Amino acid sequence: MFQYDFVINAFIAAGIVAVVSGVTGYFLVMRGQTFAGHALSHIGFAGATGAGLIGLSPLAGLVGFTLIAGIAMGMMGERLANRDVAIGVVLSLALGFGILFLYYYTSFATQATALLFGNVLAVDLAMIKALSALGAATLVLLALIMRPLIFATLQPELAEAKGVPLRFISTVFLALVALAVAACAQIVGVLMVFALMVGPAAAAQRLVNGLWSGLVLAAALAVAEAWLGITIAYHTDWPVSFCIALLSALVYFAAAFRPTARHAH
Amino acid sequence: MTQHPIISLDHATVAIGGRAVLRDVSFAIAPGEFIGVLGPNGAGKTTLMRALLGLVPASVGTLRVFGAPPARGNAAIGYLPQLRTVLPDLRVRGLDYIASSLHGERWGLPSLSAADRDAIEHTLDAVGAADLARRPLSEMSGGERQRLLLAQALMGNPKLLLLDEPLISLDARHQEVVIGVVRRIARERGITVLFSAHELNQLLGAIDKVLYLGNSHAALGTVDEVVTAPVLSTLYDTEIEVVRAAGHIFVMSRGRDVERDAHMHDHGHGHEHHGHHH
Repeated sequence: MFQYDFVINAFIAAGIVAVVSGVTGYFLVMRGQTFAGHALSHIGFAGATGAGLIGLSPLAGLVGFTLIAGIAMGMMGERLANRDVAIGVVLSLALGFGILFLYYYTSFATQATALLFGNVLAVDLAMIKALSALGAATLVLLALIMRPLIFATLQPELAEAKGVPLRFISTVFLALVALAVAACAQIVGVLMVFALMVGPAAAAQRLVNGLWSGLVLAAALAVAEAWLGITIAYHTDWPVSFCIALLSALVYFAAAFRPTARHAH
Repeated sequence: MTQHPIISLDHATVAIGGRAVLRDVSFAIAPGEFIGVLGPNGAGKTTLMRALLGLVPASVGTLRVFGAPPARGNAAIGYLPQLRTVLPDLRVRGLDYIASSLHGERWGLPSLSAADRDAIEHTLDAVGAADLARRPLSEMSGGERQRLLLAQALMGNPKLLLLDEPLISLDARHQEVVIGVVRRIARERGITVLFSAHELNQLLGAIDKVLYLGNSHAALGTVDEVVTAPVLSTLYDTEIEVVRAAGHIFVMSRGRDVERDAHMHDHGHGHEHHGHHH
């Protein structure tokens, strides 16, 4: 199958995105903000279709909208007493706008399917370059804030007392999640970013205790699921996103229901 | 007072959201004192500690810690925040949990030097919790978590310990263990301790003085000076009787034990799991 350029491109793109998604998702799961990541992807859908409507590239719209939404969410902080509800309302509103934009720009429909469900087999060299830049930006930002991010996540009261700017950290983190979501949506689509961002990271957290081993495992699982998913899709002709989502679910449930030796001590 | 106080409040008012939690409060705490911080719910025990950490400013008057206005990030203060049931199934090891707080305010990637690791293990050992280093947080009982947090508060050899309800959700035996460990380490290292609690009786043998908060006021002194009907009646803003019996002190309002009521009210739901010691 590697005689085809589109397969090689798919493997490269999926590999980049999977590493970024696995690592970013690890912190998203740790902070209990997976729903925020889900919402960002839906907001990105409105951005992408809106960008198409005014003649911009969908990726630019996707990145722009998720980034603005991520920063806004971070700055709102804990002021929204019930964040899940507020995020849920914004999420459906964003999808609604996405559909409205599609209504006015019907020729965009095929691209809309790709946005919603992903189209990794159509990735070209320009897209690989864009994904590399997005991925690099995400990982650099994460590396800069990782230490205070972990402190603020595990012990917010103490972190605040020690001088960690909680809201700033939270805002930068959601901004980098927005970049990762935009990249991830190119592979599995906005509706299925959970498959690469949350599934492998959540499984890794259940399998190992250490930070670095957890991060490496999350990234490795994401890459394995993405590549295996493409391989299965190539041989079965099933949609790639389905195969990745299926593998992600299988790995997560296998990890979640793994028998543990927790009462051994 | 011959020594300079570690903490001094001079006609200080501390307000949160426009409500004066402490109003025109003055007291001074000398080095090495073990202070039990008591008072009804909402009396400002947590707010006082947050003010000392520089998280809540005094709106009127002065508040000084080590002779200077409070500032965030003071390495001489060890802080144990009130336990909240967050991140229940987080599989973070005790060692990594404490490590996250070491220089956690610096930018960049986390790292743990061999010296840091030794310091953490040494401190865990000092509170009798060496085995918690390798155990994930999600598998610790309430008592084990409190000891882990206590060890963390002791990292970096602080001169002042602010312990916010460290006995919460612990059974009587674990409460005694925590009080004993704090008392011993504080004496050995000459640390000043503010130890907030719901009930006075467990602390009676350990504390030098009691800081009773209530009704925006504060009273600092020995138990005999402060835990009296006139002082507490002012702080609770209701008529209080103090009954001493069999080495215990009961603070009663109209025949009810106010501390016990507050305690029951606070813990009527959401019991922590104990006793994973098979």
